[in-house]
Amino acid sequence: MKLLDRLLHRQEPPSGEIARERLRLVLAHDRANISPGLLEVLKDEIIAVISRHVPIDPEGVQVTYTEGPRVNRLVADIPLQTGRRPRGG
Amino acid sequence: MGARVITITSGKGGVGKTTVTANLGVALAMRGQRVVVIDADIGLRNLDVMLGLENRIVYDLVDVVENRCRLRQAMVRDKRLQELYLLPAAQTRDKTAVRPEDMVRVCDELRDSFDFLLVDSPAGIEQGFRNAVAPADEVLIVTNPEVAAVRDADRVIGLIEAEGKGPARLIINRLKPDLVRRGDMLNTDAVIELLAIDLIGIIPEDEAVITAANTGRPVAFTDNSLAGRAFHDIARRLLGEEVPFGPLKEPGFLGRLLRWMRAEGEESP
Ligand SMILES: Nc1ncnc2c1ncn2[C@@H]1O[C@H](COP(=O)(O)OP(=O)(O)OP(=O)(O)O)[C@@H](O)[C@H]1O
Ligand SMILES: [Mg+2]
Repeated sequence: MKLLDRLLHRQEPPSGEIARERLRLVLAHDRANISPGLLEVLKDEIIAVISRHVPIDPEGVQVTYTEGPRVNRLVADIPLQTGRRPRGG
Repeated sequence: MGARVITITSGKGGVGKTTVTANLGVALAMRGQRVVVIDADIGLRNLDVMLGLENRIVYDLVDVVENRCRLRQAMVRDKRLQELYLLPAAQTRDKTAVRPEDMVRVCDELRDSFDFLLVDSPAGIEQGFRNAVAPADEVLIVTNPEVAAVRDADRVIGLIEAEGKGPARLIINRLKPDLVRRGDMLNTDAVIELLAIDLIGIIPEDEAVITAANTGRPVAFTDNSLAGRAFHDIARRLLGEEVPFGPLKEPGFLGRLLRWMRAEGEESP
């Protein structure tokens, strides 16, 4: 099936797969009552707080919600501004 | 003790709750169970027409709750089966006419005389839903293999658990095997995994369900249709049998011929 898709130059995954991926995200957010909009708000505030102390790259900041087997987490990935490598490497 | 009270609910509207309730009622009654199907969708009475009993209704659930009749007077017996009764909803009242404690009281009154009370819930998560769930010993969630229906099912599963009525079991209705094979429909495994819930049945999309709704004779009355057989599988699982989840394939030419011959035979008894 996959091979056939590739031969037919089918680019998009089948819609059932898209449905599954969308549901995975929407259920995770519904269950935690953390909307994608709230993540945006958190992101902006995190950028504001951290950049008062450390130079960061605001464009690269990502705040995501993930469901784990035991705990669910908010993960903030905050890239520091490049060009300033810490010493002792 | 006595009857098991099973509520059929979904969150999203139109996914097949009433169809499932009517057919499970028929399938269980055909297996010798004493069954009452209870329409808790006050104001939007449907179960009566689904079962073809609409012309025999005198009193309804609201009349019972407001003491205008005795419970037994409101129950309509389905003459096609030994022990299948309908307790109809009111068509001209709204859902606030019945409270959760009324449902509990009505069901408790029936418990000793029956094996199954099947409660058809309205869509949504407001009072009508709470009415339907209040008397439940078990809950079946109906969904379609679509994003919006599965999402609402998840919400309802959470509410059922919060009420201490869980774990609910899932019925996936209107599955189209061809679309699944093509990858263009959520498959059963994906839905089960996303909802993290036990499956009790898969009903295929089946034209026979629509013609059955037209005539008021649910598909479960015969095993001529895929959907009818799927409902009997669920009934057997409810009765504790281990029934494997078979493939939902259309019968081949020979199967169709047999089915046609059987259907013809049935018309002229
Ligand atoms: N497996 C199926 N195959 C084909 N049609 C179906 C199937 N299941 C349900 N339907 C059709 O879908 C429609 C809605 O079904 P039904 O009334 O049982 O849904 P419901 O969940 O009770 O709706 P509501 O939320 O309004 O109470 C009906 O017209 C019914 O005939
Ligand atoms: Mg209905």
